[in-house]
Amino acid sequence: MSLNQLSALEVAAHVRSGELSAREVLEASLAQIHAVDGVPGSLDQKSLDPAEEQKVHAFIRLTEDLAHRQAEEVDRKISAGEDPGILAGVPVSIKDIFTLQGVETTAASRILYNFKPPYTATPVQKLIEAGALILGKVNLDEFTFGSSSESSAFKPAPNNPWETSHVPGGSSGGSTASVAAEEVALSLGTDTGGSIRQPAAFCGVVGLKPTYGRVSRYGLMAFSSSLDCPGPIARTVSDAALMLQAIAGTDPKDSTSSVVPTSNYLESLKEGVKGLRVGLSPDYTHLFYPDFETGELGIESIQKEISESVLHAASVLADLGAEIVENVPLPNAKYSIPTYFVVSRVEAASNLHRFDGVKYGYRTPVEVEDLQDLIRRTRAEGFGSEAKLRILMGMYLSSEGFAANYYQRALKVRAMIRRDFDRAFDPHGEYRLDVVLTPTTATTAFKRNDIFGNTVRMQYSDQMTVSANHAGLPAVSVPGGLDADNLPIGIQFIGPDFREDLILRAGYAYEQATLDEAWRAVRPAVLRQEVAK
Amino acid sequence: MSISKISPELFQKLVGLAALELTDEESAYLLTEMNHQLSSVNALLQVPLDADIQPTLHGIQCQGAGPRADVWQPFPTPSEILAGAPETEAGMFAVPDVKGAK
Repeated sequence: MSLNQLSALEVAAHVRSGELSAREVLEASLAQIHAVDGVPGSLDQKSLDPAEEQKVHAFIRLTEDLAHRQAEEVDRKISAGEDPGILAGVPVSIKDIFTLQGVETTAASRILYNFKPPYTATPVQKLIEAGALILGKVNLDEFTFGSSSESSAFKPAPNNPWETSHVPGGSSGGSTASVAAEEVALSLGTDTGGSIRQPAAFCGVVGLKPTYGRVSRYGLMAFSSSLDCPGPIARTVSDAALMLQAIAGTDPKDSTSSVVPTSNYLESLKEGVKGLRVGLSPDYTHLFYPDFETGELGIESIQKEISESVLHAASVLADLGAEIVENVPLPNAKYSIPTYFVVSRVEAASNLHRFDGVKYGYRTPVEVEDLQDLIRRTRAEGFGSEAKLRILMGMYLSSEGFAANYYQRALKVRAMIRRDFDRAFDPHGEYRLDVVLTPTTATTAFKRNDIFGNTVRMQYSDQMTVSANHAGLPAVSVPGGLDADNLPIGIQFIGPDFREDLILRAGYAYEQATLDEAWRAVRPAVLRQEVAK
Repeated sequence: MSISKISPELFQKLVGLAALELTDEESAYLLTEMNHQLSSVNALLQVPLDADIQPTLHGIQCQGAGPRADVWQPFPTPSEILAGAPETEAGMFAVPDVKGAK
């Protein structure tokens, strides 16, 4: 087994014990990146040769010098008998939506192509303080606006390591691709409507959206401030728990970061699922897709292999002593995407007003008449189509005359989505659930360019994930099998507020009980090619 | 049931308010997509709202750290902030004249 296949827990244990140096781990990680990643995303990327088409392209920017300094510091601490932190020597990538002082932070947008922030995001700082090695910034949908990573202004967009003609999902597609391709052990992503869990499902890795406020948003460029959650991406459930341990907690720099104490997420994994009540809902077995002429929601089936994986997971958990509760009603889940279209667009439009070519980032090189002309031209040239669309939609939905019908109503439907979960988790109610088990996505990864441009179809790829964002609840996607094309399937556990321990326990129990299943021996295509060379 | 659509005129008004400029091709694409998204959003109009439901701005009851004390704290390195600006003058952000200011 190569160093890059080790889990974060194993790397940290070996580095802390002195069996491995952080420098050795770093060199192995850099070698893997150079072998599988290909050219980094950039604004002036030309056409790719066939060999480059097969690469992962997760990274926009490597931070090798920084990682070397961090590795030296970890190794120095080990030599000096000091505590190097729980992530000592663990290679990590950062979604390029988090600030890192002095390092370009682009949000995958032309309008921030040269932005060097003067401060570091709190979750990134916590990773550094825990001894992690920051290998670089990874690609994403522009400002996180998308579910395939194709809307990035930095091309090539990331590919799916399992099949490079397919998307890795999004918006944290660079993060999940870099972890699946064993370039890094962990990545820091964000999840506003499913942007950690959906790409985690598509790339066959673990993706955790914590409870809203569990992880600080300071230094995260805001998309939809009431929904955004930073969170871990890893190859194993225990690694996700380890990373959450490092980044969770209150932060005086984020007034919405929670003061609720954190748990020992790693320790609680061992408690198993005996007696845990796991819910299955008929409202998570179909997509509800609108007719563009009538607005009526039609019903579409989800991919059969995914439904089967969810039922198999329920059966595995039942064998371990969990109690499966069927027919749990979550009837307002079908309105989660319409609600998301309103809430997220209104908040995005507000958050994107700050980009004007005055204080930082891109400014039009064209000679302008006055300040207003400068702002218009800068925004026209700096934003991609998806960002413009979200600004315009958000302004429309919140404008006078429409806000009562749309925005106010969406906030009420959001409350009803939350109420559904409150009833399901109520310890004195009919269902008394500990977790809800659902598919993470309705399909496995789709091909590049198959959906991109159809913004409604793209948004509906988050149908299974977005309710947890509306409700603020923690949810995790764990690998649940492969389809007939060897593309990964994700299953999702949703839990009550601040009960990340419960969803991680359920995910861990399922993972450990299925370690011997045949699909777990299959490797992503880019790693199979690597062996063949 | 017929559903409301965003007209080209209203669309152009929004483009101006958003401080954007679009090509004809971009306008056509974005208006089409907005109206498709509106088809989805219109499903909300059919939701039977619970009588006692109140709008919520957050899914969870906010249990946050709360705002900091309103005390001025100087940023340690303002030169780093100015270094990122497209244009500066005498330690300030510089911009073209505001229309009608002269």
